[in-house]
Amino acid sequence: MKQQELIPHLFRTEYSKITAVLCRYFGMEQLELAEDIAGETFLAALESWPYRGIPENPAAWLYTVAKNKARNHFARRHTFRASISPALQQAAPAMEGTDIDLSGQHIADSQLQMLFAICHPAIAPEAQIGLALRILCGFGIDEIADALLTTKENINKRLYRAREKLRQEKVAMVFPAAAEVHLRLNTVLTTLYLLFNEGYYSESSNSVLREDLCQEAMRLCLLLTDNPATDLPPVNALLALMCFHASRFPARKDANGEIVLYHAQDTTRWDQEMVRRGVYYLHKAATGNRLSRFHLEAAIAYHHTIREDTAEKWGAILQLYNQLLALHYSPVAALNRTFALSKVKGRAAAIAEAEKLQLTGNHYYYTLLGALYRGISNHKAQECLRAAYQLARTEADRKVIREMMAELYL
Amino acid sequence: MDEFMLIFRHQDGSKVASPEQIQVWMQQTMDWIGGIAAQHKYVEGNGLLFDDARVVHHNNVVTNGPFGDIKETLGGYIVVKAASAEEAVEFAKGCPALQGEGNTVEVRKIVRGDGVH
Repeated sequence: MKQQELIPHLFRTEYSKITAVLCRYFGMEQLELAEDIAGETFLAALESWPYRGIPENPAAWLYTVAKNKARNHFARRHTFRASISPALQQAAPAMEGTDIDLSGQHIADSQLQMLFAICHPAIAPEAQIGLALRILCGFGIDEIADALLTTKENINKRLYRAREKLRQEKVAMVFPAAAEVHLRLNTVLTTLYLLFNEGYYSESSNSVLREDLCQEAMRLCLLLTDNPATDLPPVNALLALMCFHASRFPARKDANGEIVLYHAQDTTRWDQEMVRRGVYYLHKAATGNRLSRFHLEAAIAYHHTIREDTAEKWGAILQLYNQLLALHYSPVAALNRTFALSKVKGRAAAIAEAEKLQLTGNHYYYTLLGALYRGISNHKAQECLRAAYQLARTEADRKVIREMMAELYL
Repeated sequence: MDEFMLIFRHQDGSKVASPEQIQVWMQQTMDWIGGIAAQHKYVEGNGLLFDDARVVHHNNVVTNGPFGDIKETLGGYIVVKAASAEEAVEFAKGCPALQGEGNTVEVRKIVRGDGVH
């Protein structure tokens, strides 16, 4: 028997394509129907391929089955309508006679429209990520729950609410008008940014899944750069940022799958090809007159692709954080700026600035203070690290803090 | 050498699996069948479609099935060559369907039609 290997994640990839295309035909209010048909299509493959062999063109086979299933659905609905009320036949949408187009361009357009539909300002960011993972990335409920470190029930609830919201707001699958692209793009980019971060910083023990999340975020970002209407500077900047971070994937894990912190990483394992790609997108982003937070974050991330500590590097990073905080405040950026400040102006100056931040609910705040006080006042440092330990939520964070405490008395 | 039919029964045929999970099952099923075929013991096999499934009851009552009142559904079958029921059972133990709790693989010898049995 001929054993042909399937492309990894083929079904997951095709799920999002089939769902997006069908949804464009059915309308966004029929999202669940589109999802069901996509799901049934894979079950049909499971019922046939193991015995008949994998078809020569698996994707084409899936598309044909999905089309037939969609057509059957239309036919059934048509019969139902005809028997209930002949007058209703007139109301049947015109699309029922047309063929469902699963060509490459149409798929890309449909996925892009779906991306904009899901990243709708009316839907909570958390729910957008769930929806994006489900519909645009083809993740199962279990996989989403695993990746986002929560329960299946939680994810189901989140998705349910998000779908309700899509219906209430009558979100349609259309590409936003040229004048609106800019506004809507912000929400889309924020969701992709969060999606990437979920993968990059998640505590989930499933490291394969975590990298998948990052790769999906990058794939969706590429979808935007591939379309002239959305190939805009902030999109390229975000993609550059992702490339710079992703360049460290190979070095972030040790042989046991444990996370290796930045300063302990083997720099020869940093993926220089990924860095080059990041530089390429960062250059592409350097047009126009609007500086986005992604430009600044990408520039900071670029500096971190060179580990060597130089005055120039930290000076540049500090300036970039200054700009970033003015444009888009976040506690993480405030703390990172303070760290950069300690590299440029020394720890005493940084402590003075750090004390002003008063992020007393944030364990990174106390971890930073602990690091800054070390050698200046070990007693103070110890106090801060204890506070950090109390606030830390994950075992990995607690481990880092324990190590820092131990180092105080070396 | 006799032929045995290995029939997969699923506890819940309508359970929604993720695309990734289905692809994993598919690969496992193909590997399982490939392993049997490599021993030259595989005869044939088929999946059974859930689409348009019907159950015809006593008095010719037809229901959309097999879901609903029946707890178990048939997912598919393969036919293998084996010297004994024990050997066929060893093949059955590798069936990916068994990863699902409550799922079973029934092993039945096929009538030879040689006049003996």
